[in-house]
Amino acid sequence: MPDSLVIKNLNASIGDRPILKDFSLTVPKGEVHAIMGPNGTGKSTLSKVLAGHPDYTVQSGEAFIDGEQIIGLEPDVIARAGLFLAFQYPSEIPGVTIANFIRAAIVARQAKGAPFDAKAYYNELYAKMDALKMDRKFTSRFVNEGFSGGEKKRCEILQLMMLKPKYAVLDETDSGLDIDALRIVSEGVNAMRGPDTGFLVITHYQRLLDYIVPDRVHIMWDGRIVHSGGKELALELEEKGYDWVKQDLAKA
Amino acid sequence: MAEIDESQAQREAIEVDRSKGDFKYEENYAFDAGVGLTPATIDYIAKVKGEEGWIREFRQKSLKIFQDQPMPTHWATADLENIKFEDIRYYLSKGQKPVRTWEEVPDDVKKTFERLGIPESERKFLAGVEAQFDSEAVYSRMKEELEKLGVIFCGPTEGLRDHPEIFRKWFGKVIPAGDNKFAALNSAVFSGGSFIYIPKGVKVAQPLQAYFRINAENFGQFERTLIIADEGSEVTYMEGCTAPKFETATLHSAVVELVALKGAKIQYITVQNWSANVFNLVTKRGVAEEDAEVRWIDCNIGSRLTMKYPGVVLRGKRARGEVLSIALANDGQHQDTGAKMIHAADDTTSNIIAKSISVGEGRSTYRGLVHIPKTLSNCRNNTECDALLINEHSRTDTYPAISVRGRKNSVQHEASVSKVSAEQIFYMMQRGLSEGEAMSLAVNGFVNDLVKEFPMEYSVELKRLIELQMEGSVG
Ligand SMILES: Nc1ncnc2c1ncn2[C@@H]1O[C@H](COP(=O)(O)OP(=O)(O)OP(=O)(O)O)[C@@H](O)[C@H]1O
Ligand SMILES: [Mg+2]
Repeated sequence: MPDSLVIKNLNASIGDRPILKDFSLTVPKGEVHAIMGPNGTGKSTLSKVLAGHPDYTVQSGEAFIDGEQIIGLEPDVIARAGLFLAFQYPSEIPGVTIANFIRAAIVARQAKGAPFDAKAYYNELYAKMDALKMDRKFTSRFVNEGFSGGEKKRCEILQLMMLKPKYAVLDETDSGLDIDALRIVSEGVNAMRGPDTGFLVITHYQRLLDYIVPDRVHIMWDGRIVHSGGKELALELEEKGYDWVKQDLAKA
Repeated sequence: MAEIDESQAQREAIEVDRSKGDFKYEENYAFDAGVGLTPATIDYIAKVKGEEGWIREFRQKSLKIFQDQPMPTHWATADLENIKFEDIRYYLSKGQKPVRTWEEVPDDVKKTFERLGIPESERKFLAGVEAQFDSEAVYSRMKEELEKLGVIFCGPTEGLRDHPEIFRKWFGKVIPAGDNKFAALNSAVFSGGSFIYIPKGVKVAQPLQAYFRINAENFGQFERTLIIADEGSEVTYMEGCTAPKFETATLHSAVVELVALKGAKIQYITVQNWSANVFNLVTKRGVAEEDAEVRWIDCNIGSRLTMKYPGVVLRGKRARGEVLSIALANDGQHQDTGAKMIHAADDTTSNIIAKSISVGEGRSTYRGLVHIPKTLSNCRNNTECDALLINEHSRTDTYPAISVRGRKNSVQHEASVSKVSAEQIFYMMQRGLSEGEAMSLAVNGFVNDLVKEFPMEYSVELKRLIELQMEGSVG
């Protein structure tokens, strides 16, 4: 499918322990899909395998960004092909300012030797920081160093907004955010929603989905999607908990 | 003649480009001391230079010291044993005298320096330039207004000949021939380098620059630099160096002596990017008199083995000494660097910040020496050494020797070792940076606060050299 993020029968493991088990999912451009599921079912693993993390081994299966196969490519090639991952636990990069880091990421996407418009860059950066209610002082802070949990997540969304990927995977971006931040960050994501971008939002809580209203909700269990539905599915899950899924699975 | 990659030859503005060092021109030397080192070699060099009397004796005595002193392998690396002193050529020149316009420089030599961007930098931001090719300078020029103020900027041969009274007073006084084996070697066979005198109260705003180029294989370059800043004067001196990649080891062993008289300031900047088979064994020391300041900025990127510990003897009250150093050890390289601060008067302060990066199988060593005797009071030293390891095979060692006595003196010492984790690299690559770009960003982040202290042109250059090294280090 040309205009989609397509994941087909993906089997991946860490060491000799299988985590993703015949995982399949399609996120068409322009849609927001949510993945919910208990701790340890492999949600973060899915995001890292898609992004090409070297620790995971893919036994079989494929993943496509608008028809381009990405499994087996280097992480930076996948990123430049249009996949962005907002990390559950973002890394700190001492000595490298946010402004320089995002700039380097943008330059990496340009043709070699192409001129960089610093003025336009800073204008855009400041506008997006304003939208995320981030103090401008943050541009000269080192990436994630000494940031609070919420500040790290905001910084991830700032990068997302500056890099404008085709598909974004947000891994528990809501954890660590206070109520106001949750709303601000969600508004940032909502502003990016449109026909050119697809989102895969990993979360444990219905609350985030009140702000970022999903087109589809999937329940992940033991390495695969076991249940899919509309946005009401998240409400149902909140009400009944995962036991209900477990019973359902037992019946099947 | 080696091929020149045209895409590489395209230079950006104001960059003295040491990354492009790997090319060489034919060897056709008028003066060649031959292979090996004997008293006859010394006589040959002295004769070519027209030296007589005390300096010849000094050279011969130094040769004796060199031959008598053992290799310092009881504390330094055994790799030193791999230097084949008997296979080295100790003096090579085309018989040139340093000229004052680039047009007069022989074509092939001129091309070398043009490729390295020297004439361009001279036009843009330098007060004076000296360019050395193997044993002798080929070009030496300083702005006229400085000459009128009495500033002297030439080589040691010219210094000895034209300004014997200043030269002899200071030469070999900060670093005597017997200081160490390699200082003795340099004292025996030195040729080229800079002799600089800044008269009282003269503040040279733009830097003076020397550029050292090794072109010949199996060659030893032994330049000798002596800078005297008279009372209240100021000068910044920068040196750069490159050599082509040879099959066999090449030796570079310099001696640099700085004298900052009362209230004077000397800043000495090195960006060393020797190719990976150069043994770089250099002795650098400065003396700071009352209220004077000596500052070494020392960046070592290339070479097979560098051993260099710039020092300052704080001889007058309120003198200040500083060493800021960055060393990057890539696969097959050992950067053995550090600093020495010898406090010899009250109220003196010294500061050492050393950052080392080890990549692949690279190894970096920090050796520090801070000495404050208990007879002094109100002396302070701050030492900070940070090491960054880029993967599990790289290695770093720290040997800080701090002897601070007396209750009225203070010392502060901090050391850290950090690693660039696979998770950090993945995070950066997820943003679209290649592995090499991610590593150089991490390295630049690590040295960032120190590089801010450097003159702008040099921080730009250093950043690019780091990028080249990091890109070269990923498979
Ligand atoms: N590097 C690793 N080494 C060992 N085990 C790992 C590694 N990464 C993931 N795992 C294991 O794989 C399983 C899936 O982990 P993953 O992080 O994908 O879960 P998750 O669904 O994101 O959980 P959470 O909701 O807690 O974030 C877990 O049991 C985890 O311990
Ligand atoms: Mg997770």
